[in-house]
Amino acid sequence: MWKKLYAWLDERLGLNDLYKATLDRPEPKGNWWNTLGSASLFLFLLQGATGIFLAVYYTPSPDHAYDSIQYIMTGVQFGWLIRGIHHWGASLMVMVVFIHMLRVFITASYKYPRELTWLVGIGLLLATLGMGFTGYLLPWNQKSFWATTVGTQIAGSVPFIGEFILKALRGGTDLSALTLQRFFAAHIWMLPAVLAGLVGVHLFLIIKHGESQFPARED
Amino acid sequence: MPGPHHISRRDFVKLTTVAVGAAIGAVIGVPSVAFLISPALRAGSKDAWAPIGNLEDIPVGEPFAFSFTRTQVNGWERTATNFGGFVLRKSEDPADILILSSRCTHLACQVSWQAESRVYVCPCHDAAFDVEGNVLDGPPPRPLDVYDEFQVDEGGNLLIHVKEG
Repeated sequence: MWKKLYAWLDERLGLNDLYKATLDRPEPKGNWWNTLGSASLFLFLLQGATGIFLAVYYTPSPDHAYDSIQYIMTGVQFGWLIRGIHHWGASLMVMVVFIHMLRVFITASYKYPRELTWLVGIGLLLATLGMGFTGYLLPWNQKSFWATTVGTQIAGSVPFIGEFILKALRGGTDLSALTLQRFFAAHIWMLPAVLAGLVGVHLFLIIKHGESQFPARED
Repeated sequence: MPGPHHISRRDFVKLTTVAVGAAIGAVIGVPSVAFLISPALRAGSKDAWAPIGNLEDIPVGEPFAFSFTRTQVNGWERTATNFGGFVLRKSEDPADILILSSRCTHLACQVSWQAESRVYVCPCHDAAFDVEGNVLDGPPPRPLDVYDEFQVDEGGNLLIHVKEG
């Protein structure tokens, strides 16, 4: 009965091919450094899941953002755990993504035919840093307020168009309710959409080309 | 040689996988569900017994004004609601008490007691109620609301049962 159902689905979805391409593909002999890409993907999914849960209680308004997070930490069961995972997972993700990039660079895995994987990876790194930057403001405490003040000022120091960039980031000249709202929108909609899209392309390219052989001594 | 409690390697692996899987599922699942339904598990009901005064301080035969504020906390939001009314002790009997809400039944303005004319008057549309709360004049559709659930504790404090915010 289950075998028949599986055969029916496999015929239409190509489950066996999918399995072979993702989980049963041939791999060169690697080491633990080769697992950092999967670790990044796992952290992305973990951040997505905990973030969706936090959105149940968080309010992106200057009047309530801080209080709603206090409520998550003290009033909601396991709120401290979900927020803790999201908080530490964010730092860990930036680290893992960065070390993953270093590994690819050191083993020269970015070379032909994987240049596009590398370029998409740069996009992923920038989007990850963007997630960190926008997420840092959301607790709306002193640290996040002044960190964003300084961060947007740095962006504003660009010659000629600096003031425009600063206003575009802040939604005006000052750090305000508009800033919090647009950082929130970027953090939960725009950047995740960009990340998900780029992750899809990144994974497609990895499956298409396979993982690179570890360079030998004579390379 | 298989003993009476023999379990094959394959079955052992299957069993272990299921057990470990269930443990991981519980560790992830329980906090997730608890997080989502947490506000529903909070013990909190809207009704409470509010003390409105001591019988010693409340004269017999004359309405005695009281008021109190209740604060409701929902997450990070606080709402304060004011309540007011009049206690009328009809006799020395601690059970012979009429407690009226001072909320006019027309548009919820606060009525006040006029001692000379012995009526409750609403300032908004000149409505008048008698000492029992019945409508004498004006637009109100029904008599003043009555707090019919009250009790007197050992110390002589009068408490009323409030069911809203």
